[in-house]
Amino acid sequence: MAEYKRPQSLKPMATPYCPGCLHALATRLVADVIDELQQSQNAINVVSVGCSALNLYTWKGDVIGAAHGRAPAVATGIKRCLPDRLVFTYQGDGDLAAIGLAEIMSAANRGENFTVIFANNQTYGMTGGQMAPTTLIGQKSTTTPFGRDPMTTGYPLKMCELMAVLEAPVFVARYALNSPKGVMDAKKGIRKAFELQMAGKGFTFIELLTNCPTNWGMGPIDTLEYMNTNTIPYFKPGIYKDKESEA
Amino acid sequence: MITINSLMCKGCGYCIRFCPKHILEMGKERSAKGFFYPVNIDKDACTSCGICALMCPEAAIEVSDKEA
Repeated sequence: MAEYKRPQSLKPMATPYCPGCLHALATRLVADVIDELQQSQNAINVVSVGCSALNLYTWKGDVIGAAHGRAPAVATGIKRCLPDRLVFTYQGDGDLAAIGLAEIMSAANRGENFTVIFANNQTYGMTGGQMAPTTLIGQKSTTTPFGRDPMTTGYPLKMCELMAVLEAPVFVARYALNSPKGVMDAKKGIRKAFELQMAGKGFTFIELLTNCPTNWGMGPIDTLEYMNTNTIPYFKPGIYKDKESEA
Repeated sequence: MITINSLMCKGCGYCIRFCPKHILEMGKERSAKGFFYPVNIDKDACTSCGICALMCPEAAIEVSDKEA
């Protein structure tokens, strides 16, 4: 038996996301955890550009919009000025893994005390489904109509693995949101990241594998199956770094 | 006992896909937004496990232990 109420951190309206978009689920999970931790008045949501930024329309608490990819830089400034606030960035893969790669690596390397929620849907959703750095080999997009070819466009970027080799981050984990188990694990991971941040431990990074029914050209249920057969074997879910448990 | 808010629902069908009792079904009526939305076809069989609410991207499903 479970009880579930709509999180108070969200406005009583539908999100602007397409039907079946797991960005909406990721936003809801963050809101659930913030409600559980009773931080809805204390949290600051830093968004940059892309579909990820659309969650500001439903977010009830404080939101600040950064330039494209620069959410970690803005979050650094906020957290240093307001160390008591719960600061997190919510970024997509085109934002974090492409244009914002310098900012995220620098912020992680400095061990800034905030949380990054990275929603990886392997496409540039807002601009119409172009190839992102995380697009899978052979996956079709509007700029790779015959599938991504590693000879010309390289290989999908694994952000969690990159983060895990840095010295400063304290918690780095990846979760897939295409099954109830994955969603429950993701919720625990987000909660742990926020708790570590509130304890002042340092940089935490959560990658959430999501879908894009519109730009993948599939129905919502089909995208979940596609994630099972293609996305998860390449982007393996799991905890990549947990400094607290290791110590 | 679950309550589906048709104004939030976009008819993605994740709740139907993951309901362990298979008691959710896409309804025949459209919501005010123009989407078909799921309905509970067997209210007595619902165990309030909350998996539909867990998978709902829009938080359109609320779960309570109480009988309506």
